[in-house]
This record gives sequence, C-alpha cells and structure tokens, in this order.
Amino acid sequence: MINYSTPEFLIERDRNRCIDCKVCVRQCANEAHSFDEEEQKVVSHDEKCVACHRCVVMCPTHALTIKRFPLEFRQNSLWTGRTIKDIYMQAETGGILSTGMGNDKPYPIYWDHMLLNASQVTNPSIDPLREPMELKTFIGRKPDRLEFKDGKLATKLSTQLELDLPVIFSAMSYGSISLNAHKSLAKASQVEGTFWNTGEGGLHRDLYEYGPNTIVQVASGRFGVNPEYLNAGAAIEIKIGQGAKPGIGGHLPGEKVDWEVSKTRMIPEGTDAISPAPHHDIYSIEDLHQLIFSLKEATNYKKPVGVKIAAVHNVAAIASGIARAGADFITLDGFRGGTGSAPLRTRDSVGIPIELALAAVDTRLRNEGIRGSVSIISASSIRNSSDVVKAIALGADAVYIGTAALISLGCHVCQKCNTGKCNWGIATQNPNLTKRLNPEIGAQRAANLLLAWKREIKEMLGGMGINALESLRGNRLMLRGIGLSDRDLKILGINAAGE
Amino acid sequence: MLMREGDIRIPSGCAISGIMNKKGQVFSGGDIIKSIALMHDRSNGLGGGFAAYGIYPEYPDHYAFHMFYDDVKAKENTEYFFHLNYEMDASEKIPIRKVKGIGPGPIIWRYFVRPREEKLFELEMSEEDFVAKSVFQINGTIPGAFVVSSGKNMGAFKAVGFPEDVGEFYRLDEYKAYIWTAHGRFPTNTPGWWGGAHPFTLLDWSIVHNGEISSYGANKRYLEMFGYKLALQTDTEAITYCFDLLLRQHKVPLEVAVTALAAPFWRDIEKMTPEKREAVTAIRNIYGPLLLNGPFSIILGSRNGIMALNDRVKLRSLVAATKGDFLYVASEESAIREICAEPDTVWAPKGGEPVIGLLEGVDTL
Repeated sequence: MINYSTPEFLIERDRNRCIDCKVCVRQCANEAHSFDEEEQKVVSHDEKCVACHRCVVMCPTHALTIKRFPLEFRQNSLWTGRTIKDIYMQAETGGILSTGMGNDKPYPIYWDHMLLNASQVTNPSIDPLREPMELKTFIGRKPDRLEFKDGKLATKLSTQLELDLPVIFSAMSYGSISLNAHKSLAKASQVEGTFWNTGEGGLHRDLYEYGPNTIVQVASGRFGVNPEYLNAGAAIEIKIGQGAKPGIGGHLPGEKVDWEVSKTRMIPEGTDAISPAPHHDIYSIEDLHQLIFSLKEATNYKKPVGVKIAAVHNVAAIASGIARAGADFITLDGFRGGTGSAPLRTRDSVGIPIELALAAVDTRLRNEGIRGSVSIISASSIRNSSDVVKAIALGADAVYIGTAALISLGCHVCQKCNTGKCNWGIATQNPNLTKRLNPEIGAQRAANLLLAWKREIKEMLGGMGINALESLRGNRLMLRGIGLSDRDLKILGINAAGE
Repeated sequence: MLMREGDIRIPSGCAISGIMNKKGQVFSGGDIIKSIALMHDRSNGLGGGFAAYGIYPEYPDHYAFHMFYDDVKAKENTEYFFHLNYEMDASEKIPIRKVKGIGPGPIIWRYFVRPREEKLFELEMSEEDFVAKSVFQINGTIPGAFVVSSGKNMGAFKAVGFPEDVGEFYRLDEYKAYIWTAHGRFPTNTPGWWGGAHPFTLLDWSIVHNGEISSYGANKRYLEMFGYKLALQTDTEAITYCFDLLLRQHKVPLEVAVTALAAPFWRDIEKMTPEKREAVTAIRNIYGPLLLNGPFSIILGSRNGIMALNDRVKLRSLVAATKGDFLYVASEESAIREICAEPDTVWAPKGGEPVIGLLEGVDTL
C-alpha cells in the first residue's frame, strides 16, 4: 500500500553552519536525523519531525530551523490538510486516531474575553511591594458557621489543605510522565507551599517524603492504590473523568510499564495498564458517596477527599450531587485540558469550556446555598497568572495547572506525549530520554513559574484594591466581558465592558 | 434618566461622626449636627443622615418603622401589609421643618408596631426574624415603599442634601438620644434618591460608613446564600448585613465579627498563641468571604452602644476621643473638638482595631 502521508514539518539545515557533529542524531528519539556513513554527513528526514525543537536548542552551531512543511493542498475550508491526512491514516490502519496534549482547535477562549478591574480615585490601589498581599487559600469542607462558647472556638474544622498560592500541579500519572518529572513537580510544590497530584499511576517510593504536599489520586484502574498510599498524601482525589477525554478511560501501553512503573502501579512489568471508562463500583451518585466514605474510613477522616469530573453539559447538577455526596472539594476539568494520550475525536469534540462550567457550577452551588461548604478547583487551559485571577473571580478556590507546569520543565507542546518518545524527558519512560530532565533543575524551573505567578497575582490584586485573595473569590464585579453574546455573559454572570 | 441605588452600583466617599453617653443619658441632636456640619467639604450635598437611639421612650417595646413612600398608593399597600402582620399603636407623619437646602422628597411616615402573635406562632419565627423578613418584603415587593429604619426606641433620619440641612429639616434638635451617629455623603454619581442616603439600618443595627469596598462582589454573593437581598447595591447595606449575619444569626462574639470583617494579617496570626491562632485561622477560613477589603471607616450603632472600625490597613481616617461618660468618633479630629474642645483622651485607632463603646451593664452590642 502506498503511504499517502506527507511531512508536517520541514527541517532546514544550514550547511555552512553544520559541522556534522551528530548531536541532533543523538538527541532525536524520532530519528529525524541520521548520519550517512557513505557521504560522511548528517542528513534529516522531514517526515519524522514533530517540531519539538530539541535539536534546534541543542545544536551547537545553530544550524537547524524547523518550519511548517510548505506542501499545500488545494484551498478548501471544509477539507483542510489535517482532515485529509487523518483519513489517509485511518484508511491505512483502521485505527482510532490517538493524540497527546489538550484540544488545539480554535474554540473560543473565554479567558481572553474577560477583562479585570483596577482602582482609580474612589479607592486606592495597593502596592504589593509596600503592603502585605495575601494569597493563602484553604481547600476542604467548611461548616456554614462557626460556634463559640465562652469566647472560645467550639467548632472543630475538618482537615484543610493550606496553599500559599491558589495554584496546584495537576494530575499526571507516573507512566504517562517520567519519574524525574514527578520529582520536579513534587519538590517545586514543597518549595512554593502548594501541592502536586500523583495522577492515577500511584506514588513512587522515592516520593513518599513529599507526602505532605501530595494529592493522591484514585481512578478507575485503582493502580497503585493501597492503605499506605492513601495515607501518604495530604488529600485524596477520586478521578471520575478527565477534560481531555470525558466518558472514556485510559490506556498505558505495556512498553511504558518498566520495572519501576510496574512496582508503583502494582501490575506486572510490560502489561498494558487499562483504566476502565467508569469505576466499576460507581454506577450512580450514591455509589460515589460510598467510595468517598470508604476512603475517609481508610484514612481515619484525616484527609480531604475530592472528586474530579470532566466539564460536561450537565456539570452544574453533577457538581451539586457530588457536594451533597460528601466530597470536600470538586475538581472541574474543562475540554481544553491536557492528556498524555486521548482519542483525537473525543479530545476535540466532547465536553465544554472550563470558564462556562466553572461559572455555572459556582452559580448553581450558591443558588442552593452550599457553595461555602465545598471547595472548587478549576482545571484546564490555565496559561498564565491572569487566567488564574479570572478563574478565582469567576468562583474557583484554586486552579490546577498541567500543561503550563510541563512547559516550565521544557515541554515544547509538540502533542506527541502518546508516542513515548518525548525528547525533553517528560512524557517518556525511556531511560536515555528521562535522564535529560534533571529533577533539581526541573524543580527550580517549576518553582520559579509559581513564584513569578505569585508576584503577578499580587500586582493584579493590589491594582484592584484587594489585599487578600478571599475578597476576589467569586467577585465577578471585577470582571467585564468583551466580544461575548448576552447569553455568554449571563452564564458567566458578568457585565459587558462599559457597563 | 439616572438610575437609583439598587439599579446600579454607586460608590461614594463621606464623612462620619458619632457620639454616645455610656450612662444612657439622653441629649439633643444639636451636637451631632454641629460635628458633621464642620466636615461640610467631605460631602457634596447628595445625601446626609442620622441615627438616634433612645428617642422613643414612650414606645420602648414597639418596632418604630420609619418609611419613605414615593406615592399614596405605596403608603396604602404598606399600611395594608402592616395591618395583616402587626398590631399598630401609632401612625404619624414625621415632623419636619421646611429648609432651603432640602428639595421635594417622598412621603415620610412612621409607625409604632408589634408583630401579631398569631403570625409569629404560625411561622414559628422569632420577633426579630419576622421584622427583618418584613423589611425585605416591603423593600422588595411593594413598589415605591422603602423602610428607612425598623428598630426599637431608635430611628434613622435621612435625605438628599447636606447633613446639617437634613438635621434641621427633621428637627433633630428637638429629639433626645443617648447615641447619635451622622453621615455626610459624597457619591460619585447620584440619582438623588433619599433612600440611598445613610445611615443604613436593619432592626436595631445602623451603619454610617465612609469608603468603597473592593470586596463588595464577594461579600454580596456570600450574603445572598444566607437569604439577604441586597436591594440597594451599596457597601453600607452589605456591611449592615455582614454584622447582622454574624452577630444576630450566627451569634458570634463581637470580637469574632471584627476579626472576620477586618482580619489580621497571616504574618501576625503566626505570632499568636496556638489557641488564638486556631480560632483566627478558622474565622479567616470560614468567614473569608465576609472580609471587607478596601478602604472604610464605619460606625455601627445598636441599642447597646457603638463600634467604630477601620479597614485593616487604615485607608480611611478615623479619630476617637473620650470626655467623662461621652465617647466621640469622627472622620476628623476637628469634628470632635468642635463640640468637645478639651477631650480627656484623643487617639487614632489602628487599622482593624475596633473602638467599642458599650452602655454600662451590657457586655456586647
């Protein structure tokens, strides 16, 4: 069968600069460069390039450039090049198209249609360099009111997660990303006073020391779940769904299950790790209630237990049910959320944007008078600190970041996480690749990102005349919409710019 | 046409002043008018008002409803509402004096009423909850009717104009109270609606307030979960309900309410004793949505006394003084010296540090 596929990228090698040192050959796990023994020079293979830029960054003479491959299909708005190539690929293989990272389609990005407020004259803005500016955030179940007896606190609060900034590293399993990536995130969260999430692949023995900054996940495959694991973390998150692939499970291919992954996941080496689409002990909300309390029993009611769901059409009602089922926090994962691997069609067309889901859930829980009792963590498509501020103003207690965290470790968003050939040592278990990510440097970079965002969030808060984050939470008067329909504004619960 | 408070959110700056006698001895409104008049330049003629406690000794157990009506129809509807729900022992026009600085206003009326026993029994509500509910009902469902105040042996008097003119208009020199608070308003935009002036009241609570709260949106949405309807969209209304929620509904001690509204910084909380740290951390965690962020100085009045409070970084001026049995608080020291030239003590309270004046023999507001 003729292979109809054509390269996506063009590798340009400046022969005046190239010294045929073979660095690019050694760096590319996709084998887009090779050394021609006969010609005694390095040559490139465009069709294998994924535009991860590893060779470009490592080339000592800056001889390499990657460009979009100039081959044009005839102009057609319906049958674009990508659409056509997808069909070629399926016609060859009969397979489900698989991809990595979040939805890259040009759906509206509501963060970019919301603008923040600032103080002028009638109240002063506050300079964070001169005045205290507080970002402390608590995640956990909260009573409606506090009781005092003889002037002393008589209400006992359940355990809360205490964050120095409202940003947590999102669930990414060991297996989908490397141990060095896990180490980097764990260490960074400890340095900056926040948390990281194990994802569904268990917690590697070496990382138990980071337990106080760890959220351990329990997903449908129950990989790596045992009493010690549950008690090692600061909180437990039941993963029902993921924004990138709502309604379906996961599949870690056997070749990524090496000895370490196998031990951590508690499965035989080299076997596929398949997470079922549903939890087979949760077919209803009352079943979820039981799992929440089973986990609380297993941990002596000392750990907050949260539930993560993908943002789907009926998300507000589902979230209300989860709050009433006893969850201490609810994680909402929007349809642009990242993934180590997902079926392309599901990733690109199932679920709803996090901004609308977050606003709808916050509004719904407030209308029912229960928003105060449960925390909301908003996940997916947070790119920078102003996205964080907007999410908090819409109603989130904190946000998860996944892709942004990986980018801080060096990820170039080439969307090939599913191939296991990550040249940056992040989404791979190949020891030759994982050693490229030094966990000390990775931790420093991820911590720096958090520190930078902390500083920026303080600047924006101060500009609004606010010196504690709780005064921004759900404070939608600090947002104005731009370029949105009346219906969008209504769902977001914000006024239009100029109103 | 400009929109009223309630249709739109209007920030405003202001002057405030308060006087109380700790022994409960009553005195005329002359002093408070002089005090607030001195700060004339802090208001712009678009609102002034007073709250007075102890003015109706002949009706100590009746709820004194001060009402504004846009028209006769609103008055009839409200009186019918009272008839259904309350025993009414007096109903009269609030006496006024024509003053040049005060333009045409609403119909101003007051009623001395008690909730009907059978209504309380039927709804299984306390008197205070019933009255508070009535206030929300009248403001929310009877067009053209607005409850100015609804406490016992107290009343609020307010109008569009400079506060000294408002005082003269309502003949406050003829009333005697043991607590007076006053407010002069500088709104950034106004429809000139009398109901929008301060003080804002609910039951015995009254608030005069200077500032603009950046946390309004967070405060409002939290209060709404507890059934409060923020009809006016003003900071003062929100602050009143914050206190009502904490002190009357949740029955927390006054110092807890102060900690919630003007919270200490985490860096200071870390230095507290473990027991105190746990309590304050819980207050900030649970009542964080009630933190009033941004500049404010307020005087909260109740039948038992007053409390003056600044925001936690003191972004608005507030001065306090004592002389004998009298406690004075005002936006400016000059406003105190104007009526008490030689106070025993004068100080500027720190941000978040309340000045509490209680009547002798009571232990909370």
